[in-house]
Amino acid sequence: MMYFARWKVLAIIGVCLLGILVSLPNVLPRSVLPDWARQINLGLDLRGGSYLLLEVDTSTMVRERLEALVDVARRGASSANPRILYTGLAANPAERRISLRVSDPARAADMARILREAAIVVPAGAGSQQPDIEVTTAADGLVSATLTEVALRAKAGNAVEQSLEIVRRRIDETGVAEALIARQGANRILVQLPGVEDPARIKTLLGQTARMTFHLLDEAANLQAPTPPPGTMFLAGDRFQERYAVRRRVEVDGANLTDARAGQDQNGQWVVNFTFDSIGTRRFADVTRQNVGRPFAIVLDERVITAPNIREPITGGRGQISGSFDVRGANDLAVLLRAGALPAPLTVVEERTVGPELGADAIRAGIISLAVGASFVFLYMGLAYGFFGWLANIALLANLVIMIGVLSVMGATLTLPGIAGIVLTLGTALDANILINERIREEVRNGRTPISALELGFTKASGTIMDSNLTNLIAMACLYGFGSGPVKGFAVTVAVGTVVQMWTATVVVRLMVATWYRRRRPQTLPV
Amino acid sequence: MFRALSRPLFRIVPDDTRIPFMKGAVAGLMLSAFLSIASVVLAIYPGMARGIDFQGGIVMEVRTQGEADLARLRSAASALNLGDVGLQQFGAPDAVLIRLPVQGDEAGTQRAVAAMRAALEEASPGTRVLRVEAVGERVSSELFRGGMIALAISLLAMLVYIWFRFEWQFGIAAIITLILDTTKTIGFLAVTQIEFNLQTIAAILTIVGFSVNDKVVVFDRMRENLRKFKQMPLRDVVDLSINETLNRSIGTSATLFLSALPLALFGGDALAGFAWTMLFGIVLSTSSSIFITAPLVLYTGAKSLRPKEVAPPPAQAQAT
Repeated sequence: MMYFARWKVLAIIGVCLLGILVSLPNVLPRSVLPDWARQINLGLDLRGGSYLLLEVDTSTMVRERLEALVDVARRGASSANPRILYTGLAANPAERRISLRVSDPARAADMARILREAAIVVPAGAGSQQPDIEVTTAADGLVSATLTEVALRAKAGNAVEQSLEIVRRRIDETGVAEALIARQGANRILVQLPGVEDPARIKTLLGQTARMTFHLLDEAANLQAPTPPPGTMFLAGDRFQERYAVRRRVEVDGANLTDARAGQDQNGQWVVNFTFDSIGTRRFADVTRQNVGRPFAIVLDERVITAPNIREPITGGRGQISGSFDVRGANDLAVLLRAGALPAPLTVVEERTVGPELGADAIRAGIISLAVGASFVFLYMGLAYGFFGWLANIALLANLVIMIGVLSVMGATLTLPGIAGIVLTLGTALDANILINERIREEVRNGRTPISALELGFTKASGTIMDSNLTNLIAMACLYGFGSGPVKGFAVTVAVGTVVQMWTATVVVRLMVATWYRRRRPQTLPV
Repeated sequence: MFRALSRPLFRIVPDDTRIPFMKGAVAGLMLSAFLSIASVVLAIYPGMARGIDFQGGIVMEVRTQGEADLARLRSAASALNLGDVGLQQFGAPDAVLIRLPVQGDEAGTQRAVAAMRAALEEASPGTRVLRVEAVGERVSSELFRGGMIALAISLLAMLVYIWFRFEWQFGIAAIITLILDTTKTIGFLAVTQIEFNLQTIAAILTIVGFSVNDKVVVFDRMRENLRKFKQMPLRDVVDLSINETLNRSIGTSATLFLSALPLALFGGDALAGFAWTMLFGIVLSTSSSIFITAPLVLYTGAKSLRPKEVAPPPAQAQAT
């Protein structure tokens, strides 16, 4: 135990030097660093920024799907031969179900078939597939279609996947650098925005689905009626108490836009100019040709932005939206249209925003704590254990440096709890040395020679050291697995610190003790 | 100078102590059980100060221009009808902490943040918002559940680990001690009204890890001594093992305590709750190793670890 082969000595020194090398970039300014050098990333709580957790709102998706099914039932019933008569066709979003009572129970099976044909196949996990609705019929002619749990999950998952890309595009448009966008869990998206102090604009941008559709208006509809006629919906306009009767049928979808830019028209009003792709251009041309002189509604997220009269067929695939925009409104709408529509609305379920001042305060507090903690621990160790204690202190310094190096290479994120983890590692790291020293001391008192006391001290303590550190690692694994945010940073630093100190406290200290022993050949040990 | 420093200058506990800790076994267990029960009662009533992580709600830290006019800010905040608004000056005269309760739904929480920002700007122009934390009802209950699961699983993992590495008596003794320790820490949080949040869970988990570490060292020594002194009664083995590891236990606790202390003193508000919980836990787990775990081993292991002890123990232990 007290003898080291030359290559081993070199390897140990090499690891320590490597640790210094990879931790060095953290104290140098980024400008002088080569590309491969990695620094520890500072968490948002230290550098300032905004953390948003977004959730896909499945209720809207459920409602839309149910409305589509209601439409299918209505149309299917009237186009069937002979017509299917029914009563009480309604969607029940709370139970994810639509139901209707077929007047002639014998036709219930026909109705069920119509609904089943409208089912969408969704993946049900493990490669299998199943329809997204379950259709049941009762003896009294009651037919109902329920959206399954599996379908709901699949839809939410899909929506998250699609949303990720759109969220990224929208945030990129705002010019936030180094934004991190990641999926979290089944239906959430995590967004980290370094340096953003007030995420209000980004929240507004992410808070709308920005689904733009072009519809014809139902000019015959009575706007005062309590419910719109079938196939028509009443939508609010941008101005106070405006109401439009808009045909449900989507003539052209915003998904067919290729570009949208804010600009000013002849009168200096802010407008958004857009361009369609080939499909959009054709449809837009057809619709405008057939409906010259009629009003045409541009609907964004169920609000009518504008409803101009079609003056002439628009065949070039270009158009202009002139609502009552200011610069920012026009710009934001252009951003949203360029980035595309979200499949479902996103709700912010968690926000944590920290300004840069508080972050700087936190870093300062962390460094002071680290410095004071290190001095306390060094003094204690040196005074209580003498020479071997000072050696342990050197190993502790090596531990700190290597730990920072490992965290840098891992690209770990340092959070405020993470700094606390480093400070605490100072305390736990010396445990191994205390165990070893106490053991050596005991063996000396049992009358062993210095060399055999050293041997026994290092060997007998090693099992205990292993056991006791493993318990720490178990606790940190639990914290990492079930915690969230900055606390994970704590788990990471403590775990890395524990592993590194197992090595420095035993191997590095043993090397130093062995070297010292070979040089001095002491008759008694300073314990 | 160097000569003086190269030798140990002090020892916390003198060598070769023969403190009969097991004489205090019953008293220690009774006291511990009493404190833990009291802690559970306190955690239910008056209850713990659940932080925003676990309860949901909004916390905003703002800095006004010039001294903060709390009354004005308060009336502006209450005009928003967002429920029970808490305003509190902390640190500097221009620093204010605003707390809002959790709103009805997730979107409502975000509306409340926006409304509060606007109200601040109106009531006290130029106010800067330094920090916003807004956690909705659903997320906070998930975080709470996550924290509890982490705690439960880590306790279970410790039980399994010790069971695997040592005899089952040790595992049982350790897990009972951990439960007693954890409940007392929760009682400490209830008494001091330190916020119960993810950070305090992190502190509790760290203490659990550290506490088991401490127990493992004593167990290791007990196992060694059980083999070494085949005739020694269990009670004496336990006492001897504690005495032998006393310096190490206290030494390790001291270094950890010394490293956590600056976090409590200089770590700022964000870490203070975490650090004080740690400090309490360190003291607690060190004493529980001696006064709780060891007696439990003595009682659970009385029949199995030293089967012969049913008869009066032999007068003398023979060292092998």
